[in-house]
Amino acid sequence: MNWLRACLIGLAVSLASPALAVQPDEILDDPALESRARDISAGLRCLVCRNESIDESNAELARDMRLLVRERLVEGDSDAEVLAFIVERYGEYVLLRPTTEGANMLLWIAAPVLFLIALLSAGLYLRQRANAPEPAKDGLSPEEEARLRELLKE
Amino acid sequence: MQSSLGYNEDMIVELGHFALILAFAVALAQSIIPLVGAHKGWRDWMVVANPMATVQFLLVGFSYAALTYAFLVSDFSVKLVVDNSHTLKPLIYKISGVWGNHEGSLLLWVLILALFGASAAWFGGNLPATLQARVLAVQSAITAAFMAFTIFTSNPFTRLAFPPFDGTDLNPLLQDPGLAFHPPFLYLGYVGLSMAFSFAIAALIEGRVDAAWGRWVRPWTLAAWVFLTIGIATGSWWAYYELGWGGFWFWDPVENASLMPWLFAAALLHSAIVVEKRETLKSWTILLAILGFGFSLMGTFIVRSGLLTSVHAFAMDPERGVFILMILAAFMGGALTLFAFRAPVLEAKGVFATVSRESALVINNVLLAVSSFVIFIGTMWPLIAEMLFDRVLSVGPPFFNTAFTPFMVALAMVLPIGAMMPWKRGNLGRVMQPLWGIAAFSVAMGAVTWALQTGSSPLVPVGLALGLWVVLGSAVDLWTRTGRGNIGHRAKRLTRLPRADWGKATAHIGLGMSIFAVAALVGWESEDIRVVQIGESFEKGGYTLTLTSVDRVQGPNYVSTMGTLEAHRDGRLITVLQPEKRFYPIAGMPTTEAAIDYKIHRDLYITLGDPQDNGGWAVRTYIKPFANWLWFGCFLMALGGIFSLTDRRFRVAAGAARKGPNAVPAE
Repeated sequence: MNWLRACLIGLAVSLASPALAVQPDEILDDPALESRARDISAGLRCLVCRNESIDESNAELARDMRLLVRERLVEGDSDAEVLAFIVERYGEYVLLRPTTEGANMLLWIAAPVLFLIALLSAGLYLRQRANAPEPAKDGLSPEEEARLRELLKE
Repeated sequence: MQSSLGYNEDMIVELGHFALILAFAVALAQSIIPLVGAHKGWRDWMVVANPMATVQFLLVGFSYAALTYAFLVSDFSVKLVVDNSHTLKPLIYKISGVWGNHEGSLLLWVLILALFGASAAWFGGNLPATLQARVLAVQSAITAAFMAFTIFTSNPFTRLAFPPFDGTDLNPLLQDPGLAFHPPFLYLGYVGLSMAFSFAIAALIEGRVDAAWGRWVRPWTLAAWVFLTIGIATGSWWAYYELGWGGFWFWDPVENASLMPWLFAAALLHSAIVVEKRETLKSWTILLAILGFGFSLMGTFIVRSGLLTSVHAFAMDPERGVFILMILAAFMGGALTLFAFRAPVLEAKGVFATVSRESALVINNVLLAVSSFVIFIGTMWPLIAEMLFDRVLSVGPPFFNTAFTPFMVALAMVLPIGAMMPWKRGNLGRVMQPLWGIAAFSVAMGAVTWALQTGSSPLVPVGLALGLWVVLGSAVDLWTRTGRGNIGHRAKRLTRLPRADWGKATAHIGLGMSIFAVAALVGWESEDIRVVQIGESFEKGGYTLTLTSVDRVQGPNYVSTMGTLEAHRDGRLITVLQPEKRFYPIAGMPTTEAAIDYKIHRDLYITLGDPQDNGGWAVRTYIKPFANWLWFGCFLMALGGIFSLTDRRFRVAAGAARKGPNAVPAE
């Protein structure tokens, strides 16, 4: 009926339905494998939720994906192989950590590049300020000095 | 219904509606007349802005009160009340329900805009007449734009021809004290930045930025930043205890929308000091003021349009999204164009060496601005990638953690050094002299922690070292300010230091504590998920937890499944925890209420899950180390801002306003 309401309800359902994300019956017996499963799940997006990883989500689909991740791990896949398998099935959208492939390179280097530019321009500015001539004692610029004289004449 | 007093109570909503339209007319006039007056030098046209700002605020205040009244008496002929309220809803949430929705929250935005405008009229008596007139005009133009948005696309006073018997209730997630009072603080922060913006535009029109301007704009920025800090912290705290797994930051677009202006406000309130004390960095400070409010508007745009939730949500209601985009484009486009033309006029005065407080604050600004940009590009990237490269992708917490953290680490590393650097010309060796000791101590403590902890993650050791460095560095800075002499004299002088010094130290200490707490919370949290039978006990983090019962409890407008767990340590009862699963039948929505035992060194955090086939209950237990330090750190940051805000130089300025000729009515 009204988009905001729809959003809020979507948010509510995705964020706050009964709390347990990972169910007790999903947990693998091998703690090392389980810990890898948790790490992988935290980096995969739940497809039907607003902004949640499958590790946090209570959605049925997220549970299926969690089980899938564990299934692959038990079968001996490496972390990278599990991710590749999931991406092939569900697409790039599931990755919460975007790849560095193609245009995504821009995303990753944008901030460091901007930081270098900012540092460089700040450095130039600071050098210029260090070498700038001292203003007159009263802190007025030449134009203001001229205007002050003019005003005093009136 | 006709009352005995002879007026019609049902009319109150219409009067509120009418007052808003009248306020819109006043706002339009106020955004033009004082500008013309300031340009032509007509005093009458300038000073009229003052009473107009007051009238505008009173009208919007009445309008807001009328809407609140409709919620309080549950007037179900008003569509907004039907959609967001219910007769059974507790009183406090009837009040907070006014802003717990799009239309009402916009009216609150407008109310706060008008409040800030009126404050500039009330307390701005010491401003030059032309500057004050221009500030009030720009502020009023922003208010008018948002009033138009409210009246034409999101009217909260819309009536229903056939009122239903009862309402559909407020989203139960919003029926929580933490979330109920989080939006007004955020709005006070967002809108507070509009004052900095108005001052920046007024200064650009005047073509003059001096030390006095820096002093005037700083309190507004400081206030906005304090409100944003409180707003963000309460929101984060709410997520922590309400969402059921103790996450406190999700890098959600809506959260990012509040963090970006917070970082800009932090940069601005530091650079405004440089303008005030040294009359340099003027055009940069003006640009920050413009961008800071720009990011506030963008935050509103992101939240209101639903653009980032999904591109399709935007298309569902393009009218509102386009309207806000137009406001954003008009104000940012206009401001930046004005900036491009006028910035060269703003000549820097102060000369300073490369090693100086000025330079340190430039580095502070670079780090804060770039870290804000990281959030910006990460938040917008899915949209850019879809539009330009036809790739549907996500940018989530792993990106933000990787890309944002280095800048915060760098900021924490330079903070204590920059904070002690003298103005104009400094000597790095001399500044570091009192700091070497604490630097060594912090690194040593980090190393010890690394050696003692299980696991090899450097997160907590580094967080601890940085946090200690910032906290102790701030304390050393404060102590150094007391000069020389014996300890007694210095301690006495400590109490007489300007409040700005105390504010600076307090806020920086708060930041240091928060850095440590985030590291500890992320790095040392431990979790336990299991099925527990009633009467069964289990061990977690040195506690013996026993599920004694699970009961059904009836709340005012919900039913709850409440578990009771006893926590014992060494045979002694520590606490009884009662996690709940609630269901709100009217809204048809479940919520989780975690049970938390707060202690200074950890939180014991328990949530109740679903009943299992074998009769047991799923129970999730967390040990959250040093969680309280995060909220306390945020509180200290806000408190530091408040100390600074009450510094003598601002109070003197306000006092001068009261004695000033402008504040006393001439006739």
